[in-house]
Amino acid sequence: MAAATTTLDVGIDIGRTVEGPVGRRLLRRLVRDRTARVGLVIVAACAVLAIAGPSLAPHDPLEVTTERLRRPGAAGHLLGTDGLGRDLLSRVLHGARLSLGSAALAAALVSLVGMVVGTVAGFIGGVVDKVLMRLVDVVLAVPGLVLALAVAGLFDPSLLAIMLALVTVWWAGYARIVRGLVLSIREQPFVEAARSVGAGEWRVVVRHVLPGVVSTVVVLATLEIGQLLLVISGLSFLGLGSPPPTPEWGAMLNDGRVYFLSDPHVVLVPGMAISLAVLGFNLLGDGIRDVLDPRLAHVPRPGRLRRQRAARNP
Amino acid sequence: MAWLLVSLVTLSMITFGLGVLAPGDPAEVVLEHRLNQPPPKEQVDAQRRLMGLDRPLPAQYLRWLSKAAQGDLGNSWLRGLRVSDALRERIPRTAALAAVAAAISVLIGVPVGMLAAVRRNSLADHVCRIAALVGASVPSYFTAYVLILVFAVGFRAFPVFGFGSVANLVLPAVTLALGPAAVLARLTRSTVLEVLGEDYIRTARAKGARQSTVLAAHALRNSLIPILTVIGLSLGHLLGGSLIVEYVFAWPGMGELAISAIQARDYPLIQGFVLFAGAVYVVVNFSVDLGYAWLDPRIRVGGRR
Repeated sequence: MAAATTTLDVGIDIGRTVEGPVGRRLLRRLVRDRTARVGLVIVAACAVLAIAGPSLAPHDPLEVTTERLRRPGAAGHLLGTDGLGRDLLSRVLHGARLSLGSAALAAALVSLVGMVVGTVAGFIGGVVDKVLMRLVDVVLAVPGLVLALAVAGLFDPSLLAIMLALVTVWWAGYARIVRGLVLSIREQPFVEAARSVGAGEWRVVVRHVLPGVVSTVVVLATLEIGQLLLVISGLSFLGLGSPPPTPEWGAMLNDGRVYFLSDPHVVLVPGMAISLAVLGFNLLGDGIRDVLDPRLAHVPRPGRLRRQRAARNP
Repeated sequence: MAWLLVSLVTLSMITFGLGVLAPGDPAEVVLEHRLNQPPPKEQVDAQRRLMGLDRPLPAQYLRWLSKAAQGDLGNSWLRGLRVSDALRERIPRTAALAAVAAAISVLIGVPVGMLAAVRRNSLADHVCRIAALVGASVPSYFTAYVLILVFAVGFRAFPVFGFGSVANLVLPAVTLALGPAAVLARLTRSTVLEVLGEDYIRTARAKGARQSTVLAAHALRNSLIPILTVIGLSLGHLLGGSLIVEYVFAWPGMGELAISAIQARDYPLIQGFVLFAGAVYVVVNFSVDLGYAWLDPRIRVGGRR
């Protein structure tokens, strides 16, 4: 839920575990970078709306009225009303908690499963590692949305069904990353030091290996909330999520389909909400990637080379 | 090769497992559909034996697999037709949609990414970067409606829904292409930027090669491997995306079939779709791996693992 604050904390955490002040520098550069700043603001707004959205809503999101299909800006309805006369602003605000909350919860579940599998594979190694990684390869080799759709179809339509479906297809990527992290951390001198003073396997994993894994995974998972939101709303749009009248964003889009040609705002309002939220997470993710990947910063610009060449051979 | 086989077998196990976990007794569903009333107990038991449902799961799986390998995916519970026939009718339509979308995404994504890389930090680069981000953030079911609003309702350039003419294909294909195009543009930009910093580019420029030669013969060619990977991977995006896009535009392809099968809980049909779509995806990714060796002689498939 507190997506923004988590990211900030973790930004500092990465620095602390890797090499001192990198985290604070990362944060400063993120705030300086214009796109990352916009992303940071949107993600923070998402966190606030997911927590406080429902109490900000001016109307009951489920209340059916006779004021059907009011345009945005109509008296008392800032974003208009839908085909049943329900206030769209109130529905979007209530939906913020459902949509963003389920995306955040899905991110937490997915990273938890991935972390358990990845740690087990990386730490136990041997046959267990081989079998688990093969499974990861296969799950990654199946188109995610197709499998998620089939799994979600096993249950009655609900957000929980969608989340379960997402966990079954999404954990694999995390498991692979976590395994790699575990393998590299267990070779670190401080792990050897802990072992040499008699720490047991369990203690080594919990106290020395996991802390290094958790910060990275939390950053990844936070940034993927946007992608998860896309898939959750997509499946919900296809009718696999909570049944009407739940004000979930994807479901609202599906509700609006019938009225779309005459009253497009019914579809545009929830669509904009989804797009903006996803954009925010993507912008922030992009900013972090740019700041953390220094490779791209040192590529010479072709323009400069051309000018240098022109200067040498006039 | 062994890897391809393992993937396909595991995929078939997952698909079979979906059918086992599906709610409802298949024998009962089939009979109820045939009789139009809840069937008596003895008849259900007889039907279970007939369908082999009384045997242990491994035996059921082997039987299902050997039939599936011969193209027999069973009968749809509700439509009363063979799953393989239902799929065969739909596959060309989805393939046409996906092929056109893939072509559009390459035609947009690669040039835009090249332009952004060559004119780094110019206005064009910023516009491309923002467009690519927006393209990756806006869900296809929303893009679809925006495109309908602008081109079908606003300009009346294309029909909104339906199937039959080439004009019907344009809006769904563009909708489907925008996501992969955004990914391709970003990847092409970063790959070309990286390649432009290589020594051989400097050598080429030092030889006096023209900018166009450097870009086409050196930068683009050496960027092709990651770009090819993403084109291969975007097939998964296209398969998944076709579910939503076909639903929105009422394009009668595999995705639309799968959605209606899900809504009706028609599990043999769903299984057939998952198995087919998954197999296509696995095989295409394998071919992409083979494509590496062709593009870059340093890589040999056998040496990868």
